[in-house]
Amino acid sequence: MHGLIGRKIGMSQVFAENGDAVPVTVIEAGPCYVTQVKTLERDGYEAAQIGFEAKKEKQTTRPLQGHFKKAKVEPQRIVREVEVADIEACEPGQVVGADIFETGELVDVTGYFKGRGFQGVVKRHGFRGGDKTRGQSDRWRHPGSIGQSATPSKVFKGTRMGGRMGNKRVTVRNLQVVGVDAEKNILLVKGAVPGHRNGYVLINRAG
Amino acid sequence: MNALDTITQDQLRTDLPEFRAGDTIRMEVKVREGDKERVQLFQGVVIQRSGHGIGETVTVRKISQGIGVERIFPLHSPSVGNIQVLRKGKVRQSRIYYLRKLKGKAARIAERRN
Repeated sequence: MHGLIGRKIGMSQVFAENGDAVPVTVIEAGPCYVTQVKTLERDGYEAAQIGFEAKKEKQTTRPLQGHFKKAKVEPQRIVREVEVADIEACEPGQVVGADIFETGELVDVTGYFKGRGFQGVVKRHGFRGGDKTRGQSDRWRHPGSIGQSATPSKVFKGTRMGGRMGNKRVTVRNLQVVGVDAEKNILLVKGAVPGHRNGYVLINRAG
Repeated sequence: MNALDTITQDQLRTDLPEFRAGDTIRMEVKVREGDKERVQLFQGVVIQRSGHGIGETVTVRKISQGIGVERIFPLHSPSVGNIQVLRKGKVRQSRIYYLRKLKGKAARIAERRN
């Protein structure tokens, strides 16, 4: 199994042997249950569908109830597909936990980063803004020119402007796994991970 | 106890003495020079303790050759060795920043007796 679904618990730090403080994100990764196995013959590709966090049956729609019943697992809140190394060893109902990762390994973490509402171009796109002095007034955080004049007489699509920022899916790549607690399904990952506390993240083996 | 504290708990040091702002402490600091490691002593007045759990730090101030020197140490770091409390000070704030503006006789701190 190359991936897991997890829940971000928060950030903390651990000390390395030489005394360096390493910033880590604590992720509760698993237990995940395999809910379906996609095979080359039937689906055209190989993957395992895994679920995370049980929910009540009455919160589950009828079609999904049947789907989980087929795999003989409780209804799961989050369901995602992950790559697998050996599809033969994979069967519905199988439990996977944080022990699929090792300390020192690199992982990619995907999640929805915090919503920031309507933001200007300086925060949203990293524009420099205008001069504070030299005859300028009220133009510190303006975008400047957004295009030409009579030709083309329009603003091109995709021009970076202010707008809603955040709450989008992003992936942070190549984060180092600093610690694994297989018993509690806890994963310590070096650095920050998208999303708020208790947000769901998808952890994939890097590469 | 919240979930984060339980995870870092086994990294916390239990051998730390009780001390607070105003106390004079002497601490061993492990210094790396190349591949050799030696212990350096740092003695001074505790200005503040900040944070909690694994991230707790202590700021220690001393006057070295007429110049005020402050160092901030992560309390639970393995590079901090033994800590010795030399003198308990009687202060009314938990963060005694006012000490930075004082020197000589004015910078003295009364001893706390129980």
